[in-house]
Amino acid sequence: MVAATLERPLPRAADREAGARLSVEGVSHAFAIRGAALPVLDRIGLAVEPGGFVALLGPSGCGKSTMLRLVAGLEPPDAGRIAVDGARVAGPDPARLLVFQDPTLYPWRTVRGNVALGLEARGVGRERAARADAALRLVGLDGFAEVYPHQLSGGMAQRAALARALVNEPRLLLLDEPLGKLDALTRLAMQAEILRLWQEKRFTALLVTHDVEEALVLAERVIVLSDRPAAIRADIPVDRPYPRHRDDPNLVRLRREILGILGQPT
Amino acid sequence: MASLTGTAGAVPDRPARRLPAPPARALAAGAAWLALAGATYALPEEGDFPYTATFAAGALGIGLALPLAALLSSARLSGRLQRAGARLAHGTPWLAVLALALLAWELVTAKFALLPMPFFPPPQAILEVFLDDWPKLGGSILASLKLLAGGYLFGAAAGFTLGVAVGWSKAVGYWAHPVLRFVGPLPATAWLPLAFFVFPSSWSASTFLVALATGFPVTVLTWSGVAGVNKAYFDVARTLGASPRFLVLRVAIPAALPHVFVGLFMGLGGSFAVLVVAEMLGVKSGLGWYLQWAQGWAAYANMYAALIVMALMCSGLITLLFRLRDRVLSWQKGLVQW
Repeated sequence: MVAATLERPLPRAADREAGARLSVEGVSHAFAIRGAALPVLDRIGLAVEPGGFVALLGPSGCGKSTMLRLVAGLEPPDAGRIAVDGARVAGPDPARLLVFQDPTLYPWRTVRGNVALGLEARGVGRERAARADAALRLVGLDGFAEVYPHQLSGGMAQRAALARALVNEPRLLLLDEPLGKLDALTRLAMQAEILRLWQEKRFTALLVTHDVEEALVLAERVIVLSDRPAAIRADIPVDRPYPRHRDDPNLVRLRREILGILGQPT
Repeated sequence: MASLTGTAGAVPDRPARRLPAPPARALAAGAAWLALAGATYALPEEGDFPYTATFAAGALGIGLALPLAALLSSARLSGRLQRAGARLAHGTPWLAVLALALLAWELVTAKFALLPMPFFPPPQAILEVFLDDWPKLGGSILASLKLLAGGYLFGAAAGFTLGVAVGWSKAVGYWAHPVLRFVGPLPATAWLPLAFFVFPSSWSASTFLVALATGFPVTVLTWSGVAGVNKAYFDVARTLGASPRFLVLRVAIPAALPHVFVGLFMGLGGSFAVLVVAEMLGVKSGLGWYLQWAQGWAAYANMYAALIVMALMCSGLITLLFRLRDRVLSWQKGLVQW
């Protein structure tokens, strides 16, 4: 693959201070659907070290995305506590950014305008364009600043969405199946990209995915969730150096184990 | 029948039939205009039309200019002139048909009097109106434009503001929605009798009516545009630290603009209708009034002239609105070409 760019040692603990510490304690949540409560999260508890990379893995529709919305502060949890660096999450904050499955770029803004959105929203006037362009370079989209989103391919749009988050220098990046709609080859390239950005920027990453391989290639820990309402079924450390290869026997063994937990034939 | 039931997809091997090449087309169109000029000038007339010779001369001029222009543009000249030539070449079939239509019109009216006279004047009678009555006609256009612009801009601004407020705020929606549902579908012309005695002048009354006709579609479309904005757009902006003001001005309104332009387009159509009715019934100026006046004096040529001018004005304004939309919504794909 693109191993050359990934030939880096694991980040040392001292470098990891850019990332935020996340703690989730006893979080339960339910949706109200026509008056009836539909429980989606069941007493979830997890802690992520600063600069860590944790994947939440579970069947689709199990409530993984809801978990990320709660951590992002878009909705308050019904029960339990979510804290980032010890402070309770009370609302959205640009230090905790969510990258959605759909790039959700604004079609009326150029790519640069989209990337600069957070800076503009917070009134950062100076160097806005320069910072946006730097973020675009970071994700390999230099030269596309003036282009409108409908002219981008799916992978490029998702890169732009990553740049839109990274320009704000988030300390916690929440990735909600960001590669779910990409084709297989683009997905591989983007996995390498996310890994490189994480190693470079040292943010804490929480990735939601239903792709076991993706979780194993990227994350330091894989948390397996049950069907709805999601509860933690297993918390599996992936103690392998980066860059990882899909056919690494250790990963193959872990994959089999996780699929077993998920009740899939291996 | 055999050819109809024959093998599907069989391609006839004769070359596709094409229009003749531009110079030949221009010659044909020129010939049509020359025929018009000749018939107009030479055939005896039923009636007295002072501008027959002028009309014939105009047709002659076009008939001579067309092939000449085609010749000039087919010669290798500068890019700009060539583009103008290409547009002319594109328009020549229409120009030819126009000449033939004018010829038919000329023949059934002035020449053979097949249509009843005062109601169906020949083309030269309408040309006469344009050449002799242009100060009054021009003044009417200005008066109409002034009234329309005032009412339309006011109605569009009010409708847009109200639409954003209704789409954004639940409280405003609660109070405005029933009123909009009850009053909105009422045609603006129904307010006419009321407006003319409530407002101090017929001009302000007409401005109000035009604004009303514009405002309703703009309000409803803006409202539906704002209410229909992808909720994920707001999630994105909120996580990035956007204030409510930012969410309205930089997310909701730009996202709703395609709908707003549909409302502006519908409102413009509605405003034309109200404008003409208001001018006919109350205001003593404008194209609607000119139409009414011409009909009252049985000056049918003036009526046709005013209709032509009105069509040009309305079409021009719609074109202007579409140009504005193309500029503002240049990020959109697949816009309808007007």
